[in-house]
Amino acid sequence: MDMQNIENQFTELKSQLSALDKKAPEDKLSMVVFSGDLDKIIAAFVIATGAVAMGMDAVMFFTFWGTPVLRDAKKNVGGKDTFGKMFGTMLPKGMGQLKLSKMNMGGMGTAMMKSLMKKKNVASLEEFLAMAEELGVRIFICEMSMDLMGFKREEMIDYENLTFCGVAKFLEEAGNSKVQLFI
Amino acid sequence: MSDDIKVDKVFDLKGLPCPMPVVKVSKGIKEVEIGQVIEAQSTDPGSLTDFPAWARTSGNEILKTEQDDDVIKFYIKRKA
Repeated sequence: MDMQNIENQFTELKSQLSALDKKAPEDKLSMVVFSGDLDKIIAAFVIATGAVAMGMDAVMFFTFWGTPVLRDAKKNVGGKDTFGKMFGTMLPKGMGQLKLSKMNMGGMGTAMMKSLMKKKNVASLEEFLAMAEELGVRIFICEMSMDLMGFKREEMIDYENLTFCGVAKFLEEAGNSKVQLFI
Repeated sequence: MSDDIKVDKVFDLKGLPCPMPVVKVSKGIKEVEIGQVIEAQSTDPGSLTDFPAWARTSGNEILKTEQDDDVIKFYIKRKA
């Protein structure tokens, strides 16, 4: 084998390696937050903030029942149609109104869990959200869910890294993430 | 403080549950220079598995782990 041949093979290998490198997943967590239950949202934020602590990027996609979690309790918008009003009234308005997925017991269980969390120093959801923002966790909200439930952008929380998106954005992020979760 | 390790900064994480100890230590270690050592004090039993996992992932080194009563002390050298 002459030198030229070896050199060609080397160049070939180098370009293959760089192509592989581009395909390698990043140190990133992509999470679909589908549920709107208090317990599941807590789990989602614990994992997202923990991921940043582990040196990863963290991305959360809120869709379906996860969408109303990000409504701002202090914001009111008008001009909704009948279904929009119905969803607006029946679904939680922000994190403060979420219920446990189990043992809610007409709200008693949820209240008990919240007081227990306080006693045990577990961060509240509001604190988790502030922490996520500070840590640079990116939040995406599914545009279709917003539209289905009649939510408007103006009634969602103020959050630095908040974007409205569709499924393609999630798949792009998930496709190059080492960890993907559906909660 | 451990006798043989020079600690540059101490982080009191006592009483904090998951994920706070790891979140705080990951931020705190950036407050010292590479090569310096921090001492993290935790009362969360989960820290015993979480801190080594965090250290391996972030490329830092746990020099020593001490446990007396409820308090676990980690001596962590910043390497990354």
